[in-house]
Amino acid sequence: MAHAAVHDTHHDAHDHKPEGFLHRWLFTTNHKDIGTLYLVFALTMFFVGGSMAMIIRAELFQPGLQLVQPEFFNEMTTIHALVMIFGAVMPAFVGLGNWMIPLQIGAPDMALPRMNNWSFWILPFAFTLLLSTLFMPGAGPQGGWTLYPPLSLQGGNSVAFVIFAIHMMGISSIMGAINIIATILNMRAPGMDLLKMPIFTWTWLITAFLLIAVMPVLAGAVTMLLTDKFFGTSFFNAAGGGDPVMFQHIFWFFGHPEVYIMILPAFGIVSEIIPTFARKPLFGYQAMIYAVASIAFLSFIVWAHHMFTVGMPLGGELYFMYATMLIAIPTGVKVFNWVTTMWEGSMTFETPMLFAIAFVILFTIGGFSGLMLAIVPADFQYHDTYFVVAHFHYVLVTGAIFAIMASVYYWLPKWCGNMYSERWGKIHFWMSVISVNVLFFPQHFLGLAGMPRRIPDYNVAFADFNMISSIGGFWFGASQLLFVGVIVHAVFFSKNRATTRVWEGARGLEWTVPSPAPHHTFSEPPVIDDSMLAHGDVTH
Amino acid sequence: MRRALAAPALIILGMLASTAASANPQPWQLNMTRGATETSAQVHDIHMIMFWICVVIGVVVFGVMFVAMFRFRKSRGAVAATWSHSTKLEAAWTIIPILILIGSAWPATALLLRMADTSDSEMTIKVTGYQWKWRYEYVDYFGKQPGINFVSSLETQSNRTRQLDSGLDPAAIKVDGVSTYLLDVDKPLVLPAGVKVRFVVTADDVIHAWWVPSLGWKQDAIPGIINSAWTQVDQPGVYRGQCAELCGRDHGFMPIVVKVLPKAEFEQWMTDQAPAPAVEATAITLAPTTAPQG
Repeated sequence: MAHAAVHDTHHDAHDHKPEGFLHRWLFTTNHKDIGTLYLVFALTMFFVGGSMAMIIRAELFQPGLQLVQPEFFNEMTTIHALVMIFGAVMPAFVGLGNWMIPLQIGAPDMALPRMNNWSFWILPFAFTLLLSTLFMPGAGPQGGWTLYPPLSLQGGNSVAFVIFAIHMMGISSIMGAINIIATILNMRAPGMDLLKMPIFTWTWLITAFLLIAVMPVLAGAVTMLLTDKFFGTSFFNAAGGGDPVMFQHIFWFFGHPEVYIMILPAFGIVSEIIPTFARKPLFGYQAMIYAVASIAFLSFIVWAHHMFTVGMPLGGELYFMYATMLIAIPTGVKVFNWVTTMWEGSMTFETPMLFAIAFVILFTIGGFSGLMLAIVPADFQYHDTYFVVAHFHYVLVTGAIFAIMASVYYWLPKWCGNMYSERWGKIHFWMSVISVNVLFFPQHFLGLAGMPRRIPDYNVAFADFNMISSIGGFWFGASQLLFVGVIVHAVFFSKNRATTRVWEGARGLEWTVPSPAPHHTFSEPPVIDDSMLAHGDVTH
Repeated sequence: MRRALAAPALIILGMLASTAASANPQPWQLNMTRGATETSAQVHDIHMIMFWICVVIGVVVFGVMFVAMFRFRKSRGAVAATWSHSTKLEAAWTIIPILILIGSAWPATALLLRMADTSDSEMTIKVTGYQWKWRYEYVDYFGKQPGINFVSSLETQSNRTRQLDSGLDPAAIKVDGVSTYLLDVDKPLVLPAGVKVRFVVTADDVIHAWWVPSLGWKQDAIPGIINSAWTQVDQPGVYRGQCAELCGRDHGFMPIVVKVLPKAEFEQWMTDQAPAPAVEATAITLAPTTAPQG
């Protein structure tokens, strides 16, 4: 391994980076550059989707309509969700996978580098298309990101653009997933057995299979919408013999694995960070992998818990309730393992660790409300209220996005070769973790008190908690500018050079290459030493 | 100091444990109410059971975590252990959650069976969702066909106030001192107290959902599909709700008001409604066994 590191340092002096900005970034087939592109794109989309959230929270600041018409409000909720899911969270994880998977398994690059370039460069076009609908005559999509017909087909022709954009995002995701599977299965360095791989790589392998399985299902669902709208078919049109509920079944058969696509890599990240800063091997390495695999399997058989109120047969409701409750078991195993990893460790609390700990606590709170939502009779009350909004923002913002932020702080020194400002990272953390709870916790109360989701205006009784939530929202939004500041400072201005290992407790091949990681790494496969892998103990 | 903390704590506990059946949402309301029916009270109970299960698990897990964060800090000289496996622990935290889940699935199943059972209802109301109003048809009342059929939509004062930049104050719209902004209609659904009412719910354009929190459930109203649900309100009163499925521009502006009258007053109300305007008898004949449950 030492040999590989030395070799790479040598390589760095003339590391064959393409010359010229366009040549380097547009035509790149380098996994690190493509990873960077994905991450920058995701951060941009995070702010685009975030500014829509600011409009939503501003309109909900007090009762009465002060800023926008209900139609525009509905466009904002719809596109906010599509941008955050497909533009921010998913590309961020693909970017992390691109950057880190080859480094973690000792591969020189992704298996299919040209396809890798294409997977990324589809995205800016897909999102230009999606966002252009905001400016179209007849307005953009207003039917919610779930696109339930008949409502989603009521708007103008913009729905065709949305559907085409979703097709492009799907193609990008499928290609990205194929690439990750091909890389992990074929390009591991000798000695990097599957059950020795770092957990982040493992979670991405499982996530990639989920993506390949369900993105075509989404493509099918939206294509049927397209033909219903423009070609006179009646898949979902009751008047023509179709069934509007069938769309929901197909959509959620995609949608539930999709929500795990957005959380499994986060599990992987947290499973890397906690052992690093606890300086202790991950508790139950194999149990963690089996838990992720079980969650992935269960994700295919629980979809209708998103639609308990559509009037399913009693047997169906009971089945989907029991199956959904089962997810609590592997998820519980993961949380218990993280906590136990911390026990008798030797912990320090740098920014990545702070975000990882916040992830464990706040994601678990989101898991608790998820368990409550699984109980069908109670779900009849919670369904489509702010309780659900609170639930999925806890798992997606303080879950997926906090894990992404943790990973950025964790790996940024490896990417750019400089340490970020620990002081400003911690300020960003504390601002985010407090404001996000001010933002989303009161939404539980609003939902339980009877406020439906996706409404632009509400009864006066809901005013107080909405105002608190909006204040938290603006605060959280503003705090993210600090995030950009910390990154820009670290990449361009920081004088504090990172060491090769970066973190005292760091384990894994990515910490054996120099910081910044040279353009080409592992051109020769590294020699694997088991003590370096998966935070030590790979036998359990 | 202790007294200063006690007052807000009591208020919060009071709000959490609020048992008073309130038909309107309250300012600073933290929790679901027990509602107006036996079913809604049971829904509330199972919600609280799940809530306390989560609280207990949370206290244990986060408690262990916080102890770890304080005891095992490098700055306190903690030296990392190297163990990473314990079959006993892992078996325990797999089996105990299974038992907890079985324990909570049991009452949930019983309640779901109860809520699905629309048999022996003495009255049937057909609810149809439109963009953005509700139609109520009194299909059956103790075997008779009352022939009452009307549309219920947002009352005019709320409707004026909710327009963009109306300059009107939402807080000014009150009934009996309680805000009814966006929660009041021109013509409420009137029901008799103490009678098991079956609802058949459908829609004519897009999907809506009929939800009155005090009744303890919501039911999607879907074009081409007839769903059913039931309620029996014993306490006369006015119960308010809203459409709970995004249905377009005015989704936030199609409230539901259910006015429950003592049975005799209800029957008087029914006779006052007749003769119903010559509406086509759209009342469908419903075989009780074919309606999907809600």
